[in-house]
Amino acid sequence: MNPFHYSKPVDVQEAVHLSSGASRFIAGGTNLLDLMKENISRPEHLIDITGLPLNHIQETAEGGVLIGALVSNADLAWHPLIEQRYPLLSQAILAGASPQLRNMASTGGNLLQRTRCYYFYDTNVPCNKREPGSGCPARTGLNRIHAILGASEQCVSTHPSDMCVALAALAARVHVEGRGGARVIEFADFHRLPGDAPQRDNQLADDELITAIELPADNLASHSNYLKIRDRASYAFALVSVAAALELDGDTIIDARLALGGVAHKPWRDRAVEASLIGQVVSRETFSQAADALLQDAEPLVHNGFKIKLARRGIIRALSDAAVAGERP
Amino acid sequence: MSATPNGAADQPFVSHSIRLSLNGQERQLDVLPWTTLLDLLREQLDLVGSKKGCDHGQCGACTVLRDGKRINACLTLAVMCDGAELTTIEGLATGDQLHPMQQAFIKHDAFQCGYCTPGQICSAVGLVNEGRAHDSAQIQELMSGNLCRCGAYNNIRDAVQEVLGGEQ
Repeated sequence: MNPFHYSKPVDVQEAVHLSSGASRFIAGGTNLLDLMKENISRPEHLIDITGLPLNHIQETAEGGVLIGALVSNADLAWHPLIEQRYPLLSQAILAGASPQLRNMASTGGNLLQRTRCYYFYDTNVPCNKREPGSGCPARTGLNRIHAILGASEQCVSTHPSDMCVALAALAARVHVEGRGGARVIEFADFHRLPGDAPQRDNQLADDELITAIELPADNLASHSNYLKIRDRASYAFALVSVAAALELDGDTIIDARLALGGVAHKPWRDRAVEASLIGQVVSRETFSQAADALLQDAEPLVHNGFKIKLARRGIIRALSDAAVAGERP
Repeated sequence: MSATPNGAADQPFVSHSIRLSLNGQERQLDVLPWTTLLDLLREQLDLVGSKKGCDHGQCGACTVLRDGKRINACLTLAVMCDGAELTTIEGLATGDQLHPMQQAFIKHDAFQCGYCTPGQICSAVGLVNEGRAHDSAQIQELMSGNLCRCGAYNNIRDAVQEVLGGEQ
Protein backbone atom coordinates (compact mmCIF):
# COMPACT_ATOMS: atom_id res chain seq x y z
CA MET A 1 0.00 0.00 0.00
CA ASN A 2 1.31 3.47 -0.86
CA PRO A 3 1.45 6.09 1.93
CA PHE A 4 -1.51 8.45 2.02
CA HIS A 5 -3.06 11.26 4.01
CA TYR A 6 -6.16 10.67 6.06
CA SER A 7 -9.07 12.89 7.03
CA LYS A 8 -12.38 12.30 8.71
CA PRO A 9 -14.98 14.97 7.84
CA VAL A 10 -18.13 15.32 9.90
CA ASP A 11 -20.63 16.25 7.19
CA VAL A 12 -21.23 15.65 3.48
CA GLN A 13 -20.32 19.19 2.44
CA GLU A 14 -16.94 18.97 4.14
CA ALA A 15 -16.35 15.54 2.57
CA VAL A 16 -17.02 16.67 -0.99
CA HIS A 17 -14.93 19.80 -0.54
CA LEU A 18 -11.97 17.72 0.64
CA SER A 19 -12.14 15.47 -2.40
CA SER A 20 -9.87 15.75 -5.44
CA GLY A 21 -8.84 13.57 -8.38
CA ALA A 22 -6.14 12.03 -6.15
CA SER A 23 -8.41 11.25 -3.21
CA ARG A 24 -10.87 8.45 -2.53
CA PHE A 25 -13.73 8.20 -0.08
CA ILE A 26 -13.54 5.18 2.23
CA ALA A 27 -16.32 3.52 4.25
CA GLY A 28 -16.17 -0.29 4.57
CA GLY A 29 -12.91 -0.41 2.64
CA THR A 30 -13.41 -4.06 1.70
CA ASN A 31 -12.71 -3.51 -2.00
CA LEU A 32 -10.67 -0.28 -1.91
CA LEU A 33 -8.05 -1.54 0.57
CA ASP A 34 -7.74 -4.78 -1.37
CA LEU A 35 -7.11 -2.76 -4.56
CA MET A 36 -4.60 -0.58 -2.70
CA LYS A 37 -2.71 -3.64 -1.45
CA GLU A 38 -2.51 -4.83 -5.06
CA ASN A 39 -1.23 -1.40 -6.16
CA ILE A 40 -4.20 -1.04 -8.52
CA SER A 41 -5.57 1.94 -6.62
CA ARG A 42 -3.02 4.45 -5.30
CA PRO A 43 -4.90 7.36 -3.72
CA GLU A 44 -2.84 10.13 -2.10
CA HIS A 45 -5.59 10.93 0.36
CA LEU A 46 -8.31 8.83 1.96
CA ILE A 47 -11.42 10.62 3.16
CA ASP A 48 -13.06 8.53 5.87
CA ILE A 49 -16.80 9.09 5.53
CA THR A 50 -17.87 6.82 8.40
CA GLY A 51 -18.49 9.87 10.59
CA LEU A 52 -21.18 11.24 8.24
CA PRO A 53 -24.84 10.96 9.27
CA LEU A 54 -25.77 8.51 6.46
CA ASN A 55 -26.53 5.41 8.51
CA HIS A 56 -30.33 5.29 8.54
CA ILE A 57 -33.10 3.37 6.78
CA GLN A 58 -36.36 5.28 6.62
CA GLU A 59 -39.70 5.17 4.82
CA THR A 60 -40.31 7.82 2.20
CA ALA A 61 -43.52 9.86 1.87
CA GLU A 62 -44.20 7.99 -1.42
CA GLY A 63 -44.24 4.61 0.32
CA GLY A 64 -40.71 3.61 -0.63
CA VAL A 65 -37.57 3.29 1.46
CA LEU A 66 -34.48 5.51 1.66
CA ILE A 67 -31.27 3.71 2.59
CA GLY A 68 -28.32 5.75 3.86
CA ALA A 69 -25.08 5.09 1.97
CA LEU A 70 -23.29 3.97 5.14
CA VAL A 71 -25.76 1.25 6.16
CA SER A 72 -23.79 -2.00 6.17
CA ASN A 73 -24.74 -4.78 3.77
CA ALA A 74 -25.62 -7.01 6.74
CA ASP A 75 -27.81 -4.40 8.44
CA LEU A 76 -29.57 -3.72 5.14
CA ALA A 77 -30.24 -7.39 4.33
CA TRP A 78 -31.64 -8.04 7.81
CA HIS A 79 -33.66 -4.84 8.24
CA PRO A 80 -37.37 -5.64 8.80
CA LEU A 81 -38.53 -3.10 6.18
CA ILE A 82 -36.26 -4.65 3.56
CA GLU A 83 -37.08 -8.25 4.49
CA GLN A 84 -40.81 -7.50 4.24
CA ARG A 85 -41.02 -5.15 1.26
CA TYR A 86 -37.91 -5.98 -0.77
CA PRO A 87 -37.03 -9.62 -0.02
CA LEU A 88 -35.28 -9.74 -3.42
CA LEU A 89 -32.72 -7.27 -2.09
CA SER A 90 -32.16 -9.21 1.16
CA GLN A 91 -31.73 -12.41 -0.78
CA ALA A 92 -29.23 -10.89 -3.23
CA ILE A 93 -27.11 -9.31 -0.49
CA LEU A 94 -26.97 -12.54 1.52
CA ALA A 95 -25.86 -14.42 -1.61
CA GLY A 96 -22.75 -12.24 -1.81
CA ALA A 97 -19.39 -12.11 0.01
CA SER A 98 -18.98 -13.48 3.56
CA PRO A 99 -20.59 -12.49 6.88
CA GLN A 100 -17.45 -10.56 7.87
CA LEU A 101 -17.40 -8.59 4.61
CA ARG A 102 -21.15 -7.90 4.78
CA ASN A 103 -20.65 -6.46 8.29
CA MET A 104 -18.03 -4.08 6.92
CA ALA A 105 -19.17 -3.21 3.40
CA SER A 106 -21.42 -0.17 2.94
CA THR A 107 -24.45 0.27 0.69
CA GLY A 108 -22.77 3.04 -1.32
CA GLY A 109 -19.49 1.14 -1.58
CA ASN A 110 -21.23 -1.93 -2.96
CA LEU A 111 -22.16 0.09 -6.06
CA LEU A 112 -18.52 1.09 -6.52
CA GLN A 113 -17.00 -2.39 -6.41
CA ARG A 114 -14.58 -2.95 -9.25
CA THR A 115 -14.47 -5.98 -11.50
CA ARG A 116 -12.76 -9.19 -10.41
CA CYS A 117 -11.35 -9.82 -13.91
CA TYR A 118 -8.02 -11.60 -13.32
CA TYR A 119 -6.23 -9.35 -15.80
CA PHE A 120 -7.48 -6.19 -14.09
CA TYR A 121 -6.06 -7.56 -10.82
CA ASP A 122 -2.68 -8.53 -12.29
CA THR A 123 -0.51 -5.42 -12.56
CA ASN A 124 2.06 -7.35 -14.63
CA VAL A 125 -0.23 -7.49 -17.67
CA PRO A 126 -2.02 -4.83 -19.73
CA CYS A 127 -5.62 -3.87 -18.95
CA ASN A 128 -7.63 -1.06 -20.51
CA LYS A 129 -9.62 -0.59 -17.33
CA ARG A 130 -6.49 -0.27 -15.18
CA GLU A 131 -4.27 1.47 -17.74
CA PRO A 132 -6.35 2.96 -20.55
CA GLY A 133 -5.01 2.11 -24.00
CA SER A 134 -2.75 -0.73 -22.82
CA GLY A 135 -4.89 -3.57 -24.24
CA CYS A 136 -7.20 -6.35 -23.11
CA PRO A 137 -5.62 -9.78 -22.59
CA ALA A 138 -8.99 -11.18 -21.44
CA ARG A 139 -10.47 -10.99 -24.92
CA THR A 140 -8.11 -13.68 -26.21
CA GLY A 141 -7.01 -15.15 -22.88
CA LEU A 142 -8.88 -16.98 -20.14
CA ASN A 143 -12.37 -15.52 -20.30
CA ARG A 144 -14.61 -18.07 -18.66
CA ILE A 145 -15.95 -15.51 -16.14
CA HIS A 146 -16.31 -12.64 -18.63
CA ALA A 147 -19.15 -10.78 -20.31
CA ILE A 148 -21.61 -12.09 -22.91
CA LEU A 149 -23.60 -8.86 -23.24
CA GLY A 150 -22.66 -5.22 -23.81
CA ALA A 151 -18.90 -5.79 -24.00
CA SER A 152 -16.56 -3.75 -26.20
CA GLU A 153 -13.31 -4.42 -28.06
CA GLN A 154 -11.59 -2.72 -25.14
CA CYS A 155 -13.14 -4.52 -22.20
CA VAL A 156 -15.06 -7.76 -21.53
CA SER A 157 -15.13 -7.56 -17.72
CA THR A 158 -18.25 -8.02 -15.59
CA HIS A 159 -19.63 -6.12 -12.62
CA PRO A 160 -19.23 -8.30 -9.52
CA SER A 161 -22.09 -7.16 -7.27
CA ASP A 162 -25.15 -9.23 -6.31
CA MET A 163 -26.83 -6.36 -4.46
CA CYS A 164 -26.72 -4.17 -7.57
CA VAL A 165 -28.57 -6.76 -9.66
CA ALA A 166 -31.49 -6.59 -7.22
CA LEU A 167 -31.29 -2.77 -7.10
CA ALA A 168 -31.48 -2.68 -10.89
CA ALA A 169 -34.57 -4.90 -10.91
CA LEU A 170 -36.17 -2.81 -8.16
CA ALA A 171 -35.61 0.41 -10.17
CA ALA A 172 -33.63 2.03 -7.37
CA ARG A 173 -32.46 5.64 -7.53
CA VAL A 174 -28.99 6.74 -6.47
CA HIS A 175 -28.76 10.00 -4.51
CA VAL A 176 -25.40 11.71 -4.89
CA GLU A 177 -23.92 14.99 -3.74
CA GLY A 178 -20.97 16.94 -5.11
CA ARG A 179 -19.58 20.47 -4.88
CA GLY A 180 -22.14 21.59 -7.43
CA GLY A 181 -25.05 20.24 -5.38
CA ALA A 182 -27.14 17.10 -5.16
CA ARG A 183 -28.69 14.99 -7.95
CA VAL A 184 -30.57 11.72 -8.32
CA ILE A 185 -29.49 9.07 -10.86
CA GLU A 186 -31.72 6.24 -12.07
CA PHE A 187 -30.02 2.95 -11.27
CA ALA A 188 -30.03 1.86 -14.91
CA ASP A 189 -27.98 4.96 -15.78
CA PHE A 190 -25.56 4.78 -12.86
CA HIS A 191 -23.17 2.12 -14.14
CA ARG A 192 -21.66 2.36 -17.64
CA LEU A 193 -21.00 -0.06 -20.43
CA PRO A 194 -17.26 -0.17 -21.20
CA GLY A 195 -17.32 1.32 -24.72
CA ASP A 196 -13.98 3.01 -25.37
CA ALA A 197 -13.58 4.22 -21.77
CA PRO A 198 -13.63 1.04 -19.63
CA GLN A 199 -11.68 2.84 -16.90
CA ARG A 200 -14.95 4.53 -15.99
CA ASP A 201 -17.26 2.09 -14.20
CA ASN A 202 -20.02 4.62 -13.55
CA GLN A 203 -20.98 8.21 -14.14
CA LEU A 204 -19.99 9.66 -10.73
CA ALA A 205 -17.72 12.73 -10.87
CA ASP A 206 -14.56 12.76 -8.70
CA ASP A 207 -16.12 15.06 -6.13
CA GLU A 208 -19.46 13.24 -5.96
CA LEU A 209 -20.41 11.07 -3.01
CA ILE A 210 -23.28 8.57 -2.90
CA THR A 211 -25.46 9.64 0.01
CA ALA A 212 -28.45 7.28 -0.26
CA ILE A 213 -30.26 4.66 -2.32
CA GLU A 214 -34.00 5.09 -2.77
CA LEU A 215 -36.32 2.18 -3.45
CA PRO A 216 -39.71 3.14 -4.93
CA ALA A 217 -42.89 1.50 -3.68
CA ASP A 218 -43.90 -1.60 -5.63
CA ASN A 219 -46.08 -4.72 -5.41
CA LEU A 220 -43.34 -7.22 -6.18
CA ALA A 221 -42.54 -8.55 -2.70
CA SER A 222 -44.76 -11.63 -2.93
CA HIS A 223 -43.21 -12.94 -6.13
CA SER A 224 -39.50 -12.34 -6.29
CA ASN A 225 -36.43 -14.51 -6.48
CA TYR A 226 -32.67 -14.07 -6.69
CA LEU A 227 -30.95 -17.03 -8.30
CA LYS A 228 -27.16 -17.10 -8.11
CA ILE A 229 -25.18 -19.68 -10.05
CA ARG A 230 -21.52 -20.02 -9.12
CA ASP A 231 -18.62 -22.46 -8.95
CA ARG A 232 -19.12 -23.26 -5.25
CA ALA A 233 -22.20 -23.09 -3.06
CA SER A 234 -21.13 -20.10 -0.97
CA TYR A 235 -18.67 -17.20 -0.94
CA ALA A 236 -18.01 -17.03 -4.68
CA PHE A 237 -18.84 -14.50 -7.38
CA ALA A 238 -21.70 -15.25 -9.74
CA LEU A 239 -21.09 -16.88 -13.10
CA VAL A 240 -24.66 -15.85 -13.83
CA SER A 241 -27.25 -14.45 -11.46
CA VAL A 242 -30.88 -13.54 -12.08
CA ALA A 243 -33.08 -11.13 -10.15
CA ALA A 244 -36.70 -11.83 -11.07
CA ALA A 245 -39.84 -10.22 -9.69
CA LEU A 246 -43.47 -10.37 -10.75
CA GLU A 247 -46.74 -8.75 -9.80
CA LEU A 248 -49.54 -11.21 -10.56
CA ASP A 249 -53.30 -11.10 -10.86
CA GLY A 250 -54.11 -14.78 -10.69
CA ASP A 251 -51.86 -16.19 -13.42
CA THR A 252 -51.63 -12.94 -15.37
CA ILE A 253 -48.48 -10.84 -15.17
CA ILE A 254 -49.22 -7.21 -14.17
CA ASP A 255 -45.61 -6.09 -13.70
CA ALA A 256 -42.30 -7.84 -14.36
CA ARG A 257 -38.68 -7.18 -13.49
CA LEU A 258 -35.67 -9.05 -14.80
CA ALA A 259 -32.01 -8.23 -14.24
CA LEU A 260 -28.87 -10.32 -14.71
CA GLY A 261 -25.51 -10.31 -12.94
CA GLY A 262 -22.21 -11.83 -14.06
CA VAL A 263 -22.94 -11.25 -17.74
CA ALA A 264 -22.01 -7.62 -18.41
CA HIS A 265 -20.04 -4.54 -17.34
CA LYS A 266 -23.14 -3.45 -15.41
CA PRO A 267 -26.22 -5.12 -13.93
CA TRP A 268 -28.16 -6.06 -17.08
CA ARG A 269 -31.79 -5.00 -17.03
CA ASP A 270 -33.83 -5.31 -20.22
CA ARG A 271 -36.96 -3.18 -20.05
CA ALA A 272 -38.27 -4.28 -23.43
CA VAL A 273 -38.29 -7.90 -22.27
CA GLU A 274 -39.99 -6.88 -19.03
CA ALA A 275 -42.66 -5.03 -21.02
CA SER A 276 -43.20 -8.07 -23.24
CA LEU A 277 -44.10 -10.15 -20.17
CA ILE A 278 -46.87 -7.81 -19.04
CA GLY A 279 -50.34 -9.15 -19.85
CA GLN A 280 -49.04 -12.67 -20.46
CA VAL A 281 -50.01 -15.74 -18.48
CA VAL A 282 -47.39 -17.43 -16.31
CA SER A 283 -45.96 -20.42 -18.18
CA ARG A 284 -42.67 -22.00 -19.06
CA GLU A 285 -43.25 -20.99 -22.68
CA THR A 286 -43.70 -17.32 -21.72
CA PHE A 287 -40.51 -17.36 -19.68
CA SER A 288 -38.54 -19.20 -22.40
CA GLN A 289 -39.49 -16.54 -24.93
CA ALA A 290 -38.40 -13.81 -22.50
CA ALA A 291 -35.05 -15.55 -21.99
CA ASP A 292 -34.49 -15.91 -25.74
CA ALA A 293 -35.34 -12.24 -26.31
CA LEU A 294 -33.03 -11.05 -23.54
CA LEU A 295 -30.14 -13.13 -24.84
CA GLN A 296 -30.61 -12.61 -28.57
CA ASP A 297 -27.58 -10.30 -28.82
CA ALA A 298 -25.37 -12.33 -26.47
CA GLU A 299 -21.89 -12.93 -27.87
CA PRO A 300 -19.66 -15.66 -26.46
CA LEU A 301 -15.89 -15.44 -26.08
CA VAL A 302 -13.72 -18.56 -26.35
CA HIS A 303 -14.41 -19.93 -22.85
CA ASN A 304 -17.70 -18.43 -21.72
CA GLY A 305 -20.21 -19.72 -24.28
CA PHE A 306 -21.73 -21.86 -21.52
CA LYS A 307 -22.97 -18.67 -19.87
CA ILE A 308 -25.57 -18.13 -22.60
CA LYS A 309 -27.17 -21.51 -21.95
CA LEU A 310 -26.76 -21.02 -18.19
CA ALA A 311 -28.39 -17.58 -18.35
CA ARG A 312 -31.28 -18.90 -20.45
CA ARG A 313 -32.03 -21.68 -17.98
CA GLY A 314 -31.42 -19.34 -15.05
CA ILE A 315 -33.95 -16.79 -16.32
CA ILE A 316 -36.62 -19.45 -16.81
CA ARG A 317 -36.00 -20.96 -13.40
CA ALA A 318 -35.82 -17.63 -11.55
CA LEU A 319 -39.08 -16.40 -13.12
CA SER A 320 -40.81 -19.75 -12.51
CA ASP A 321 -39.73 -19.78 -8.86
CA ALA A 322 -40.79 -16.14 -8.45
CA ALA A 323 -44.22 -16.96 -9.87
CA VAL A 324 -44.85 -19.62 -7.22
CA ALA A 325 -43.05 -17.83 -4.38
CA GLY A 326 -46.42 -16.93 -2.87
CA GLU A 327 -47.25 -14.54 -0.08
CA ARG A 328 -44.43 -14.00 2.34
CA PRO A 329 -45.15 -13.50 6.02
CA MET B 1 -9.32 14.59 14.07
CA SER B 2 -8.54 17.53 11.87
CA ALA B 3 -9.38 17.42 8.19
CA THR B 4 -6.70 17.67 5.55
CA PRO B 5 -7.30 20.40 2.98
CA ASN B 6 -6.89 19.97 -0.76
CA GLY B 7 -3.27 19.78 -1.83
CA ALA B 8 -2.65 17.24 0.91
CA ALA B 9 0.04 15.64 -1.25
CA ASP B 10 2.47 18.43 -0.41
CA GLN B 11 2.22 17.85 3.31
CA PRO B 12 4.20 15.35 5.41
CA PHE B 13 2.45 12.14 6.36
CA VAL B 14 1.35 12.17 9.97
CA SER B 15 0.22 9.57 12.45
CA HIS B 16 -3.15 9.88 14.14
CA SER B 17 -4.09 9.29 17.74
CA ILE B 18 -6.86 6.74 18.34
CA ARG B 19 -8.58 5.41 21.45
CA LEU B 20 -9.67 1.79 21.61
CA SER B 21 -11.18 -0.58 24.04
CA LEU B 22 -9.10 -3.67 23.28
CA ASN B 23 -10.03 -6.90 25.05
CA GLY B 24 -11.51 -4.83 27.87
CA GLN B 25 -8.53 -2.48 28.24
CA GLU B 26 -8.63 1.18 27.26
CA ARG B 27 -5.75 2.00 24.92
CA GLN B 28 -4.53 5.23 23.36
CA LEU B 29 -2.32 4.65 20.32
CA ASP B 30 -0.64 6.58 17.53
CA VAL B 31 -1.08 4.92 14.14
CA LEU B 32 -0.03 5.76 10.60
CA PRO B 33 -3.00 5.97 8.18
CA TRP B 34 -1.98 2.89 6.17
CA THR B 35 -1.57 0.55 9.17
CA THR B 36 -4.22 -2.15 9.07
CA LEU B 37 -5.88 -3.29 12.26
CA LEU B 38 -4.27 -6.70 11.75
CA ASP B 39 -0.76 -5.21 11.55
CA LEU B 40 -1.44 -3.03 14.58
CA LEU B 41 -2.50 -6.09 16.59
CA ARG B 42 0.29 -8.37 15.46
CA GLU B 43 3.26 -6.06 14.93
CA GLN B 44 2.73 -3.33 17.50
CA LEU B 45 0.69 -4.91 20.27
CA ASP B 46 2.05 -8.49 20.18
CA LEU B 47 -1.44 -9.93 19.87
CA VAL B 48 -0.48 -12.61 17.36
CA GLY B 49 -3.53 -14.84 17.76
CA SER B 50 -5.23 -13.17 14.78
CA LYS B 51 -3.49 -14.60 11.73
CA LYS B 52 -2.45 -13.08 8.42
CA GLY B 53 -3.54 -15.80 6.03
CA CYS B 54 -4.34 -14.17 2.70
CA ASP B 55 -4.30 -10.48 3.76
CA HIS B 56 -7.14 -9.87 1.24
CA GLY B 57 -10.30 -10.72 3.17
CA GLN B 58 -10.71 -14.12 1.57
CA CYS B 59 -9.66 -16.61 4.27
CA GLY B 60 -11.06 -15.20 7.52
CA ALA B 61 -7.99 -16.09 9.63
CA CYS B 62 -7.80 -12.44 10.80
CA THR B 63 -11.42 -12.30 12.03
CA VAL B 64 -11.94 -10.17 15.16
CA LEU B 65 -15.01 -8.62 16.78
CA ARG B 66 -15.63 -4.87 16.47
CA ASP B 67 -18.49 -3.71 18.69
CA GLY B 68 -19.58 -7.36 18.80
CA LYS B 69 -19.60 -7.83 15.03
CA ARG B 70 -17.13 -10.02 13.16
CA ILE B 71 -14.87 -8.25 10.67
CA ASN B 72 -11.70 -8.97 8.69
CA ALA B 73 -8.89 -7.11 10.49
CA CYS B 74 -6.72 -7.26 7.34
CA LEU B 75 -9.15 -5.05 5.39
CA THR B 76 -9.67 -2.56 8.22
CA LEU B 77 -7.53 0.52 8.77
CA ALA B 78 -6.51 0.93 12.40
CA VAL B 79 -7.08 4.68 12.18
CA MET B 80 -10.74 3.98 11.34
CA CYS B 81 -11.20 2.04 14.61
CA ASP B 82 -11.05 5.17 16.75
CA GLY B 83 -13.61 4.75 19.54
CA ALA B 84 -14.28 1.06 18.78
CA GLU B 85 -14.58 -1.84 21.19
CA LEU B 86 -12.43 -4.68 19.86
CA THR B 87 -12.21 -8.30 20.96
CA THR B 88 -9.57 -10.67 19.61
CA ILE B 89 -9.08 -14.36 20.37
CA GLU B 90 -6.85 -13.27 23.29
CA GLY B 91 -9.81 -11.48 24.90
CA LEU B 92 -12.43 -14.25 24.84
CA ALA B 93 -11.39 -16.21 27.93
CA THR B 94 -11.97 -14.91 31.44
CA GLY B 95 -8.72 -15.63 33.26
CA ASP B 96 -8.24 -19.41 32.99
CA GLN B 97 -11.91 -19.93 32.15
CA LEU B 98 -12.21 -20.52 28.42
CA HIS B 99 -15.07 -19.01 26.42
CA PRO B 100 -17.78 -21.62 25.70
CA MET B 101 -16.87 -21.50 22.01
CA GLN B 102 -13.24 -22.28 22.83
CA GLN B 103 -14.39 -25.19 25.03
CA ALA B 104 -16.65 -26.49 22.26
CA PHE B 105 -13.82 -26.37 19.67
CA ILE B 106 -11.66 -28.52 21.98
CA LYS B 107 -14.50 -30.93 22.76
CA HIS B 108 -15.35 -31.46 19.08
CA ASP B 109 -11.73 -31.57 17.90
CA ALA B 110 -12.60 -28.69 15.56
CA PHE B 111 -9.07 -28.11 14.25
CA GLN B 112 -5.90 -29.83 13.14
CA CYS B 113 -3.06 -27.37 12.53
CA GLY B 114 -4.85 -24.57 14.38
CA TYR B 115 -3.86 -21.72 12.07
CA CYS B 116 -7.43 -20.77 11.14
CA THR B 117 -8.80 -21.47 14.63
CA PRO B 118 -8.60 -17.99 16.21
CA GLY B 119 -10.49 -16.57 13.22
CA GLN B 120 -12.96 -19.47 13.22
CA ILE B 121 -13.73 -18.97 16.93
CA CYS B 122 -14.12 -15.19 16.68
CA SER B 123 -16.32 -15.68 13.61
CA ALA B 124 -18.42 -18.26 15.44
CA VAL B 125 -18.89 -15.90 18.39
CA GLY B 126 -19.99 -13.22 15.91
CA LEU B 127 -22.39 -15.70 14.33
CA VAL B 128 -23.99 -16.39 17.72
CA ASN B 129 -24.27 -12.64 18.40
CA GLU B 130 -26.05 -12.15 15.05
CA GLY B 131 -28.72 -14.72 15.96
CA ARG B 132 -29.42 -15.67 12.33
CA ALA B 133 -28.20 -19.28 12.29
CA HIS B 134 -30.60 -21.86 13.68
CA ASP B 135 -29.68 -25.14 12.02
CA SER B 136 -26.71 -26.98 10.61
CA ALA B 137 -27.15 -25.67 7.06
CA GLN B 138 -27.40 -22.07 8.25
CA ILE B 139 -24.26 -22.47 10.38
CA GLN B 140 -22.44 -23.85 7.36
CA GLU B 141 -23.53 -20.93 5.17
CA LEU B 142 -22.77 -18.29 7.81
CA MET B 143 -19.30 -19.71 8.54
CA SER B 144 -18.34 -19.63 4.87
CA GLY B 145 -16.04 -16.62 5.38
CA ASN B 146 -13.55 -18.82 7.25
CA LEU B 147 -11.46 -21.31 5.32
CA CYS B 148 -9.86 -24.37 6.94
CA ARG B 149 -7.28 -26.05 4.72
CA CYS B 150 -7.13 -29.07 7.06
CA GLY B 151 -10.83 -29.59 6.39
CA ALA B 152 -12.14 -29.64 9.96
CA TYR B 153 -15.41 -28.13 8.76
CA ASN B 154 -17.78 -30.81 10.08
CA ASN B 155 -16.30 -30.60 13.57
CA ILE B 156 -16.30 -26.79 13.47
CA ARG B 157 -19.99 -26.87 12.55
CA ASP B 158 -20.71 -29.30 15.43
CA ALA B 159 -18.86 -27.06 17.89
CA VAL B 160 -20.82 -23.99 16.81
CA GLN B 161 -24.07 -25.96 16.91
CA GLU B 162 -23.43 -27.05 20.48
CA VAL B 163 -22.93 -23.46 21.63
CA LEU B 164 -26.07 -22.40 19.78
CA GLY B 165 -27.93 -25.10 21.71
CA GLY B 166 -29.12 -26.97 18.65
CA GLU B 167 -29.39 -30.71 18.25
CA GLN B 168 -26.19 -32.55 17.36
